[in-house]
Amino acid sequence: MISIENLLTWLIALQTTYLENKQYLTDLDAAIGDADHGINMERGFTAVKQKIEATDHNDVGSLLKITAMTLISTVGGASGPLYGTFFLRASTACARKTTLTNAELVNMFDVGLQGVVQRGKARLADKTMIDALTPALEAMTQALENGASLTNILQAGTDAAEHGMQQTIPMLAKKGRASYLGERSIGHQDPGATSSYLMLKTALDVWGNEET
Amino acid sequence: MKKLINDTADVVSEALVGIGAAHADLLRVDLDKKTIMRADGPIQGKVALISGGGSGHEPMHGGYVGMGMLDAACAGEVFTSPTPDQMEAATKAVDGGAGVLHIVKNYTGDVMNFEMGAELCQAEGIAVEAVVINDDVAVQDSLYTAGRRGVGTTVLAEKLCGAAAERGDDLQAVANLCRKVNDQGRSMGMALTSCTVPAAGKPTFELGPNEMEIGIGIHGEPGRERMELKSAREIVAMMSEAILSDLPFESGDQVIALVNGMGGTPLIELYLIYNELNQICQARGITIARQLVGNYITSLEMAGFSITLLRADEEMLVLWDAPVHTPALRWGV
Repeated sequence: MISIENLLTWLIALQTTYLENKQYLTDLDAAIGDADHGINMERGFTAVKQKIEATDHNDVGSLLKITAMTLISTVGGASGPLYGTFFLRASTACARKTTLTNAELVNMFDVGLQGVVQRGKARLADKTMIDALTPALEAMTQALENGASLTNILQAGTDAAEHGMQQTIPMLAKKGRASYLGERSIGHQDPGATSSYLMLKTALDVWGNEET
Repeated sequence: MKKLINDTADVVSEALVGIGAAHADLLRVDLDKKTIMRADGPIQGKVALISGGGSGHEPMHGGYVGMGMLDAACAGEVFTSPTPDQMEAATKAVDGGAGVLHIVKNYTGDVMNFEMGAELCQAEGIAVEAVVINDDVAVQDSLYTAGRRGVGTTVLAEKLCGAAAERGDDLQAVANLCRKVNDQGRSMGMALTSCTVPAAGKPTFELGPNEMEIGIGIHGEPGRERMELKSAREIVAMMSEAILSDLPFESGDQVIALVNGMGGTPLIELYLIYNELNQICQARGITIARQLVGNYITSLEMAGFSITLLRADEEMLVLWDAPVHTPALRWGV
């Protein structure tokens, strides 16, 4: 079971994650984009942290909605609307809930992913964040159906996201600024897939082994 | 990194305050929403024009706010799209009851953020039309890319559509003109050096002393091909061939030409480039009816240039000659 407190811990930990990986994500973006992904993600989640620490939260949906609106107004680029839409859709899946079961948590990620797919109009193997998130959701759904623990569900999702992220290296980018490079986008790991993997890895780090 | 800044986090805000102070007669700046607006707006009954995008392309877009051009420009962080709440606030602030046109450059982030901003305004009953500019011939337009980037034609579209709005054209007419300008404009750019995003602190890419990047975008994103440096004549011939054959431009065409500096190229070189371009056009029977030579859509301190050609009919030339009074373009007043 995931509580509002657990979710807060995760969202606040994401700020630390993106701060620590600011340079890494920016370097990945410099190779095939415009060298700002780490900077934008860090700015967005620092704003999220400030916002959610300053407010009381009664339900998961409104916490995620505040997160979404903050990301939309602070991140910019393509990541703002994409991550903003992820959390906005996720919030609708959790409206008025005070806790999330494992199934509800996986559903939250899944609904968020569907929002990203709609907003960005990307398909699998276009070298985008959905190349990390789609296999992650498949693995998490599978683990859930097998009755796995929360830790194991998140482990499965993180492993699949990491694999999906690595799979973007040989891909030819078909969306976003990297697509302008054509063949030259091959051989570089997608920054968006990387930040998506980090989002799941952070969930595993803060919720794993906390048998709930 | 050597830059004339204070804190990297304050670059955009401090520059916005500066442009507001320097052009207080023309502009007012909403620092909270990082938006530059006409000082005398909203103009009742006039279609309002908004553009915006990442900062670092000055004078675009803030330098084009004023009579005969834009009503507002939303500034993002350097090379990063502004956000939907900015576009929403700007649209509401400049709407004079005749609707608002969003002129959007075709970058994934810009398009998505403007889309979300327009949806927020339309939900409140404001008429918003959006036109996406995608004129960069260096990018293949196919299902397999994000499509062509929006570059130099954006400046020409802002001028021409601003003049159309000023003379009283309705929203549909101004939007249609913008689409027509986009359909008939083509651009291509190149770089001799990279540029450094202040917050990144180091150049976006490295170019060797004898290398150049052809087909560069305006965000320091690498182009399609890196090659050995050639003479200006060879470079202009290569780039104009790509532009001319794309539309294609034909003998007898009249064009508006923009020879644009990327921010770090001296005017003497831009005029030299213009000479090469003019000769190529003359040899093909294409008349450069109007032109701009200078830094109009830049990429920070990047050295390099872009060429934009717009096939212009008589109406476009009339709109081009119409009065404009902005920090960066001013004539007829």
